Amino acid sequence: MAGLSPSPPPLPVVPLAPASAALRLVWLRLRRNWLSAAALALIVLMMLAAALAGWVAPYEPDATDADAALQAPSLHHWLGTDIYGRDLLSRIIYAARVDLAVAFGATALALAIGSSIGVAAGLYRGIVDLVIMRCVDSIMAFPAFILAMAITAALGNSVGNVLIAIALTQIPNYLRLIRGEIFRIREMEYADAARVVGNPAWRIMFIHLLPNALPPIIVQGTLAMGYALLTMAALSFIGLGIQPPQSEWGSMTAEGAQFIVTGEWWLFLFPGLAIVLMVLSFNLIGDNLRDFLDPRMRGVR
Amino acid sequence: MAFLGYFLRRLSLVIPTLLGVTIITFTLTYVLPGNPAVVKAGPLVSPEVVKELEKAMGLDQPAWVQYGRYISGVLHGDLGQSASTGRPVLEDFKQRLPATLELTLASLLIALVLGIPLGVQSAVHRDTAIDHLGRIVGVAGVAMPTFWTGLLSLYVFFYLLGVAPPPLGRLGAGIAPPQAITGLYVPDSLLTGNWTALGSALHQLMLPALTLGLSVMAPIARMVRSTMLEILESDYIKAAWAAGIPPRRVIYGDALANAMIPLITILGIVFGFLMAGNAVVESVFAWPGIGNYAITSLMTKDSGPIQSFVLFVALLYVMVNFVIDILYGLIDPRIRLE
Repeated sequence: MAGLSPSPPPLPVVPLAPASAALRLVWLRLRRNWLSAAALALIVLMMLAAALAGWVAPYEPDATDADAALQAPSLHHWLGTDIYGRDLLSRIIYAARVDLAVAFGATALALAIGSSIGVAAGLYRGIVDLVIMRCVDSIMAFPAFILAMAITAALGNSVGNVLIAIALTQIPNYLRLIRGEIFRIREMEYADAARVVGNPAWRIMFIHLLPNALPPIIVQGTLAMGYALLTMAALSFIGLGIQPPQSEWGSMTAEGAQFIVTGEWWLFLFPGLAIVLMVLSFNLIGDNLRDFLDPRMRGVR
Repeated sequence: MAFLGYFLRRLSLVIPTLLGVTIITFTLTYVLPGNPAVVKAGPLVSPEVVKELEKAMGLDQPAWVQYGRYISGVLHGDLGQSASTGRPVLEDFKQRLPATLELTLASLLIALVLGIPLGVQSAVHRDTAIDHLGRIVGVAGVAMPTFWTGLLSLYVFFYLLGVAPPPLGRLGAGIAPPQAITGLYVPDSLLTGNWTALGSALHQLMLPALTLGLSVMAPIARMVRSTMLEILESDYIKAAWAAGIPPRRVIYGDALANAMIPLITILGIVFGFLMAGNAVVESVFAWPGIGNYAITSLMTKDSGPIQSFVLFVALLYVMVNFVIDILYGLIDPRIRLE
């Protein structure tokens, strides 16, 4: 019985790598951490800017200025202005409120619903599990973005409905993840032990099993933030969800697209760049979290 | 016999999925706030006329009756009318499908042609410059929205450099389409020797196909890389090295052949990405395909085409995944016995 051994097994002896290789490894590790530190800083900065938009943004997001229309980036307008003379930087900062709120909201909603149903499927198995999994299969038979588009179109054109649509398309991911984890963990010895001592099923599930299923959920949630941001932006790019004059990164990009033929590049470039930077940051952190939380994945990449 | 059993098992999984898919698309159509009768009647009619229309369209009957009619309609190829073009949705679809197909296939080709060698080289030269390049492409590829990369490519290649045509469809202005054989302009103009049409079609296809292709290249390269890393460590590859077989043949012959099997499984996912990306890229480049049609219908609140598009994509997606499963079972006998 490995679990009963009185002392931890001795650490494997790692042969000393040549100094240069070891240095390289340290540097690689550092660089990757530096990257995720930068990613985290970027997200925190964006969230702060969004929360304090009133103080941070140099102009009112909807303030038009006919004399300053379509100006290229300058000291007065760091990212330029649009055709109404509205300051692009201010609009991007205010847009972060909608984008981040919807992404967080949709991810949290999907996580809560998906995990609950996933636990139910893992707990009851049998016919309940079968029905749930067939429903999951049906939802996953749609490419996620297409389904989100259809749901938003069906529910009606509003930001709240975009949030619901993104959440609905994400539920199967958490559900499958939690279900798989519960199936895996419930076969482990400590789950048996908890059962033998006489714990009720729900207690085993929520006190003993669920906490151990959390790491992959956290990773999935972080990576899903990137997906949610991209979906949100794409939906509003094609005209769903956001109503003018509300600014949002995807709809701002769509507005800027009309000015490509006249060469006003900043109008489409910067809102899109905001999306890329945020998605990149969430993905980097998610990848790093996976390496950190899941020892099996260490050294794979 | 094992294969037949596998086939039937897979098929039995597809049927409930298809049922679920149609229930979802039906529900989406049914709960749509835009009452189809109101949309059809127009804004200027009295409530009594709307009631009449609702009755005529069967909208007053219980949901399951309507679902039955919906299914029978779908099975008979009746996808309803488009309110904006005034034609059956199926007709509009048939007309636009070749454009979508051509763009999708061209993108898939680009993704495979660039993604596979990138994955192979990343694995063979692990942790060198090319591997890092592959990683950057992978990380960046999934973080950039396709509508943005599409616009970026338009700005650079159309506006700045002037080497790409304006994004106005499948052929340049004043160029007649080639004689229709497949409906895809590139093969059709090749088959009929219509070089003007071929040049124009390729020119128009260039940017949208690159935009879409690059967006799905990342998962392909990543999959090929990780599989190749595993395979290159295997005994038979070591034996091939020891036997003195030229590296090119070992890598691209022996090793890659086996790396193709897992690649097939992710083609389903890639196809899903392509279909989703398609709609957006088509709308950026004014590509006259079904995705663009659906998005244009969104703007005019024309629900028929949207829901038919979603149903069509889902059915196609289920079909593609089913075929991939079967192919996988054919190629790898171990799968059949799972």
